[in-house]
Amino acid sequence: MALPERELTIPQETATIHNFAFTVATKNGSGSQTSNNVLVRALFKMGIAVNGKNLFPSNIKGLPTWYTIRVSQDGYQARREITEIAIVMNEQTAAEDIANLPPGGVCILPEEWNWTQSREDCHYYAIPVRQTIRQFDIPRERREQVGNMVYVGVVAQLFGIPLALLWEALLDNFGGRERPAQMNQQIIEAAHDWAADHLEKQDPYRFARDDQTEGKLLITGNEAAALGSLFGGVNLVSWYPITPSTSLVDAVLTHKSLRDDEEGKSTVAVIQAEDEIAAVGMVVGASWAGARAMTSTSGPGISLMSEFVGLAYFAEIPIVIWDITRMGPSTGLPTRTSQGDLLFSHYLGHGDSRQLVLLPGTMAECFEFGWRAFDIADLRQTPVLVLSDLDLGMNLWMTAPFAYPDQPIQRGKRLGKIDLEEFFAEKGEWYRFRDYDGDGVPYRTVPGTDHPRAAYFARGSGHNEMGMYSERSDDWVQNMERLQRKFEGAREILPQPIREDAPDGSPIGILTFGSNETAILETRAWLAQDGIATDYLRVRALPLAREVHDFVREHDRVYVTENNYDGQLAQILRLELTDLSLSHLVSLALGDALPMTPDWLYRRIREEEGIA
Amino acid sequence: MTEKRALRKTGQRSRRSKVNRIGLERTAYRAGESTLCPGCGHDSISNQIISSAYDLGLEQHKVIKLSGIGCSSKTPAYFLGSSHGFNSIHGRMPSVATGALLANHSLTAIAISGDGDTGSIGLGQYKHLIRRNLPMVYIIENNGVYGLTKGQFSATADEGQFLKYYGKNDLPPIDLCLEAIIGGATFVARSFSGDAKQVQTLLKAALAHRGTAILDIISPCVTFNNAPDSTKSYPFGKENETPLHEITYVPDHVIGREEIVIEEQTAGEIIIVELHDGSRIQLKQVDREYDPRQRRAALQLLEEAQREQLFLTGLLYYEEPRLLLSETLNLSETPLAELSERASRPTATQLEQTLARM
Repeated sequence: MALPERELTIPQETATIHNFAFTVATKNGSGSQTSNNVLVRALFKMGIAVNGKNLFPSNIKGLPTWYTIRVSQDGYQARREITEIAIVMNEQTAAEDIANLPPGGVCILPEEWNWTQSREDCHYYAIPVRQTIRQFDIPRERREQVGNMVYVGVVAQLFGIPLALLWEALLDNFGGRERPAQMNQQIIEAAHDWAADHLEKQDPYRFARDDQTEGKLLITGNEAAALGSLFGGVNLVSWYPITPSTSLVDAVLTHKSLRDDEEGKSTVAVIQAEDEIAAVGMVVGASWAGARAMTSTSGPGISLMSEFVGLAYFAEIPIVIWDITRMGPSTGLPTRTSQGDLLFSHYLGHGDSRQLVLLPGTMAECFEFGWRAFDIADLRQTPVLVLSDLDLGMNLWMTAPFAYPDQPIQRGKRLGKIDLEEFFAEKGEWYRFRDYDGDGVPYRTVPGTDHPRAAYFARGSGHNEMGMYSERSDDWVQNMERLQRKFEGAREILPQPIREDAPDGSPIGILTFGSNETAILETRAWLAQDGIATDYLRVRALPLAREVHDFVREHDRVYVTENNYDGQLAQILRLELTDLSLSHLVSLALGDALPMTPDWLYRRIREEEGIA
Repeated sequence: MTEKRALRKTGQRSRRSKVNRIGLERTAYRAGESTLCPGCGHDSISNQIISSAYDLGLEQHKVIKLSGIGCSSKTPAYFLGSSHGFNSIHGRMPSVATGALLANHSLTAIAISGDGDTGSIGLGQYKHLIRRNLPMVYIIENNGVYGLTKGQFSATADEGQFLKYYGKNDLPPIDLCLEAIIGGATFVARSFSGDAKQVQTLLKAALAHRGTAILDIISPCVTFNNAPDSTKSYPFGKENETPLHEITYVPDHVIGREEIVIEEQTAGEIIIVELHDGSRIQLKQVDREYDPRQRRAALQLLEEAQREQLFLTGLLYYEEPRLLLSETLNLSETPLAELSERASRPTATQLEQTLARM
């Protein structure tokens, strides 16, 4: 089958109206985040579908950092391999940044570098950064940060962003405080006016008002998760600082007042622990005592927490752990994204244990799984890990407002004083680990219950149904069998996969999880234009739902697409779908520490399909 | 009150068994049979916990028992059978207790640890627990040796000590009371499991302390570390224990009912420490003049004890406790674990408003 090679590089005429991407290359710690945020928010206010991704180093100040902004007429939010416009503010990386531009690309750089134009096929705009700043009385320590507003003003003039919207975006950024916004706005305006007087527009790119953001909002996955947790009734958040999860707890602190009681006292305790072991230890203690508790961390923290997770699994304590995944192994790339903790999270803990894992792929799911994770943990009396990643967690995404939880808080089989009296009246007994309902989930009590028979002894050591210490093989095996029933039953109450078939179906299936959603959405559209229809399934939890089995069985080729090096979801499929021949399973594992692009996936699937 | 009287009149009194102020017999505070070695110091500590709880009339549902891993950490299964218990993981019980006590600030914890659990694997959590100030009695059943793994030195073993399988200990000991005082603990005591009366008195006072009380109790391991030359042995303890004071604890329900008379001639030598609930600790001087309310004196005393291998017991340090962590965090009066759905989930309007601001 001969299909035309898709042009990925040279912009087409229609693509030039907010259908491109730009990169802002700066030094870390120079304060460019404010400028980039302001650009993204202003574009959003124009109604343009926009996504900003921060590709930053593990460093406080000085190392190169890039911010990519994607605008799309079709609403796509994935990162692109090629960015047509480069705002080159870091001399250290300038040569490479310019070399990466496609033909016809645009380079904006400081005039004071006196660089000669090295690419004849690109448009250059040299702008007076230092000189613009000098016109204003800016405190020395603020000059570098405010200097980044020069490129904002130039971009606004060259590509068309109304100054009024930049002002609104600045106010948003500074929480409505006019003074800092004013200091920045004067630079933007000066740069804008300078560009109007001195630059001759040579390139075809521009923004125009659109209607794609109506009723939507911009948020990071970490903030969405924090809100979800607060609406899920979280009572204790203990944590240890680690990139990229820190902003989740920051957002809990920001919004915690939503949960103040009538006297202005808090129903949420937030504690910075001495390490991740203590952080999860507090979660285990609080959950055992009947509160809803969570921690948020990343890979190295998950490693440290594994002993406690094993305890919570075996002592059947509901806990919630968010893993905002970064690239490992080891310290790895602390500020780069990855989906590499899937296998580890699912099998976390020594001995025979498997954990429930939720896999959000959108902002709405970061919010929803934020509250739902507690219900699932309580219903199954077991740890729930939620695997987000740096790309979802720390970058700004466009989303529809979140749906309010569609069901009341579910505390599962928890017996209070009166429940316990009724339980005894009905059954004549209550034993903590006895399977009264045949679903493997026992009934629990919490400390403080004023009933003489409410107490039980929680332990990670061998125990029988009554919670008594036991080293008997039959007790051990009986317990394991019940835990297995409990685990199997979880498949039905976990979030089910999202499946989307081509209108007439297809022999090709794309199977994924998490943040690859946007890259796949776009890839499928490109492939469809080439006449290649694809079906799609996104796994949203482990253990796998039955539907995953069906999807794999029904397709001739299944591309298991994920952002880790080892192809971990493919490995889980191979472990679980033992009754299927899996020779048609193709692992497309990226793992380059960057958010997945449709460019890569489109190329890979075409290669696998034998299309030149 | 009527319930208690009824109990006294009918069941308990008719069998002429003794009951405490909430109408319970001492046996109500017992739990499973100990599986520790016969003669283990830890069992006598468990017994003193049972006696203290009985004497004070503790309501067991308001107490939680926690431990880490080790011989000592098995003991919460042997006392207060009607209290919720949690035998957690090695060295990490402080964090579990912290979470539990924040989840329900109306609870008091009795936490049991050992010298390995606290002094080695758990030293970090121990010190951070102390900083946070939670309502708990933290008991270290200190025998200088790892029992369950058969006799390795712990970090509290004496420098130069010999043990059968492991030879000479070349490293200096960690003094867990010293660590506690330096770390900001407000109630620090040392005792000897062979001194039942003192253990019991300190336990009662510690339970009344509004914050974390540290009790480092030398509790001999009869199997692995009971040779007379070991400072953690029964023979050494019996020979050398030197109480700093004659200590008495007067619970709050006794104060007010009974006039406490301090004889004039001894008044100057008695230190009275008033606890938050109105109860009192009375310390009567024995040999040396020692006021446990002086931090510098406490540090000096422990340094001297270490240098001279003195086995000084009693209340080593006391200060008015800081705010509890639940107060520092300005937590709701209702325990977090008992909040209603309304208090746990903001409204749909609040969600809309929050998102509208984004």
